[in-house]
Amino acid sequence: MEAEPILTMAGICKSYPGVRALSNVDFDLMPGEIHALVGENGAGKSTLIKILTGVEKLDSGRITLEGKDILPKSTQDAQKLGIGTVYQEINLCPNLTVAENIFIGKEKTKHGKIDWKSLYADARRTMKGLNLDIDVQKPLNSYSVAVQQMVAIARTLEFSSKVLILDEPTSSLDQNEANKLFEIMRQLRDRGLGILFITHFIDQVYEVSDRITILRNGGLVGHYRTRDLPKVQMVAKMIGKDYSDLVAMDRTARPEQEAAEKPFLRAEKLGRRGDIAPFDLAVGKGEVIGLTGLLGSGRTELAQLLFGIRRADTGRLVLNGKEIKIAKPIDGIRNGFAYCPEDRKAQGVIGELTVRENIIMALQASRGHLKRISRKEQEAIADRYIKALNIKASSQEQLVRNLSGGNQQKVILARWLATDPELLILDEPTRGIDIGAKSEIQKLVRRLAKNDIAILFISSEVDETLRCSTRLVVLRDKKVVGELRGEDMNENRVMRMIAEEVEQP
Amino acid sequence: MLKKLLRSKYFPIIITSVLFVVLFGIGSALFEGFFSLQVFLNLFIDNAYLIVIATGMSMVLILGGIDISVGSVIAMVCMASAAMLRDHVNPYLVMLLMVAVGAAFGFTQGCLIQFFKIQPFIVTLAGLFFARGMTAVINTTSINIKDPTYVAISNAKIPLPGGNYVSPGVVIALVLLAAASLVMTYTKFGRTVYAIGGNEASANLMGLPVGKTKILVYTVNGIYSSIAGIVFSFYMLSGYTRHAVGAEMDAISSSVIGGMSLTGGIGYVPGALFGVLINGTIQTLITFQGTLSSWWAKIVSGLLLCAFIVLQRMILKNKGVGES
Repeated sequence: MEAEPILTMAGICKSYPGVRALSNVDFDLMPGEIHALVGENGAGKSTLIKILTGVEKLDSGRITLEGKDILPKSTQDAQKLGIGTVYQEINLCPNLTVAENIFIGKEKTKHGKIDWKSLYADARRTMKGLNLDIDVQKPLNSYSVAVQQMVAIARTLEFSSKVLILDEPTSSLDQNEANKLFEIMRQLRDRGLGILFITHFIDQVYEVSDRITILRNGGLVGHYRTRDLPKVQMVAKMIGKDYSDLVAMDRTARPEQEAAEKPFLRAEKLGRRGDIAPFDLAVGKGEVIGLTGLLGSGRTELAQLLFGIRRADTGRLVLNGKEIKIAKPIDGIRNGFAYCPEDRKAQGVIGELTVRENIIMALQASRGHLKRISRKEQEAIADRYIKALNIKASSQEQLVRNLSGGNQQKVILARWLATDPELLILDEPTRGIDIGAKSEIQKLVRRLAKNDIAILFISSEVDETLRCSTRLVVLRDKKVVGELRGEDMNENRVMRMIAEEVEQP
Repeated sequence: MLKKLLRSKYFPIIITSVLFVVLFGIGSALFEGFFSLQVFLNLFIDNAYLIVIATGMSMVLILGGIDISVGSVIAMVCMASAAMLRDHVNPYLVMLLMVAVGAAFGFTQGCLIQFFKIQPFIVTLAGLFFARGMTAVINTTSINIKDPTYVAISNAKIPLPGGNYVSPGVVIALVLLAAASLVMTYTKFGRTVYAIGGNEASANLMGLPVGKTKILVYTVNGIYSSIAGIVFSFYMLSGYTRHAVGAEMDAISSSVIGGMSLTGGIGYVPGALFGVLINGTIQTLITFQGTLSSWWAKIVSGLLLCAFIVLQRMILKNKGVGES
């Protein structure tokens, strides 16, 4: 194992106007290893990668590849040197065939024409090398994201064969697909490739990586052998605070289950064909109801039905003893509901607007657009929530797209809290944000529930749901299959309920 | 079987060619003398210039762009040629000059689009006004072309078996169509055009020469529209400010009916020919009918265009469903 590193980065510094993104970071990659690069959002992972791939220029420091100094000027340049990157979003052309996506830019020609036959044959061979037997003549968009990711890897390997950077490659893959990817990563490692793996899934770090490099706030925390570093310690090093903090939150104050004796909202046989079977649900003030189930079990559909994004075709909804009709989101808002969607980029924050404008948005909508909220009032409201939720922004007027994922999520939360809702629906509020922000949002959820509002909490992470909720509603195959409360709320029971009838068809 | 057909990448072009056969069949059944090789060939003769610009337009659409200046370029080329020929400039030099003007025109538009990141629609709209305006600057009234070479080419009939014939313009159009088709399928340039149309940002990250390719496509389209202008001046033997008004829209509609997608990356250049033939057949049908206003041709092709866009959506959607 005392081989020469294939790639070293020494004393890397990089500043953006007003921010020190990286200060004096060292990093080295051995041939034939999978090296995980971890850190919270804003730790400097992506800046380091950008420097390595030529997207950004470093201020000072040295990069050597196989003993030679290099300074990639562009992605193409890095590619030519032998450093290839596969990004989280797939940067391929969906309309072209798999084969073309692998080879475009360096197709073999015969008599000045592209030799399609050998192109397809080569592509087939390349994909087989990755254990994937697919029709390479089909357009890329006829395959799943997982396969597209493999194609991206295949292309990268064709173009550069020394260092492979995988930037959050698993975030859109399910467990099976991720496993397949890991298999290929191991295979490539055994061929002597140096693989740099960036992920925020801690389990995955431990599943495939040989070594770990941890960054925090633009500085290097350290390099570790994966097997010598317990998970708990890694997390502690990443967030830079004592892990006992997190554990404490884990076990102590699970929200008291005294609520729900007087539900203010009641769904009776509410349902919509094809989305969710009719269900009953009673919601009381101060409750956090966790909706849990596998992906596609109907969690989101249930929530959207309550808020009016989907329109119920059976059943009724009773609010404070009166039946209400909810056909579209504005009805939900007017009745004191709030919904933070799952995909915050596409459905939630508006990056081009400022923090203040984003926070004020739903409140303005609920008051009607003619009754403009005065600037002063806007500022007061924004200020209050920035403080209350601890949103890290340089000012109210910062554009939301410049915030980290966790802070964007908090902005959405603030937006809905500003409408003073009675029912707050949180759909995957912690997805894709780092651990520190995650635990902060979880704490926030519980704090909010004490303030006399009810929360519907949706998460695919069971332990998170358990930790935050006072009551669990379990869904399966677009049906509510049961409720758990009190002592029954544990991972084991939930898993059994989710799995139970899957076995008996 | 049907599903397989629906999934096939050639589906739009199959539909288009079938539709053409059906329309031609209807004409043949309804009108005596419709079903003849010469009527079929006349579709080419009357629409040679349209085949040329529809071909160029197809490349631009596959790139994910648009060029609405082509009709005006045709008018400008006709007018400039007519004026120069009136002043006894060598006809071949005139043609060469016109191609150069077209290339420069397209190159400029391409550069504006690429370097200033301006919407192609706006850039080429400016091009449309500019070229149409230049036409009027050269001469506000019609100029007839009396140059013997042009007249000879205009009257030339290239004989085909059975006493039928085509014009030299048709040969030019088909050569240009074939060239574009081959280039788009068999060269790196062509494949890069498809890649850019599919996802420009990705194409860039994949290390493809995006800027160069885009400028080149607009340049080629400029050349194609100037050649269409030359073909049109053979056909009309005149320069006139109102020549080929709206031809760019006919080119776009032919191209879309031929399977090109306005969002880019999808379609096969030869499809444009079928698009032109369908539009031409509708026109011919209405001429044969005799009592209907010729504007009905526009109405029918408008409806067809609509139908084809809906069809494309459905195909894309169908593919989307197939994924999950």
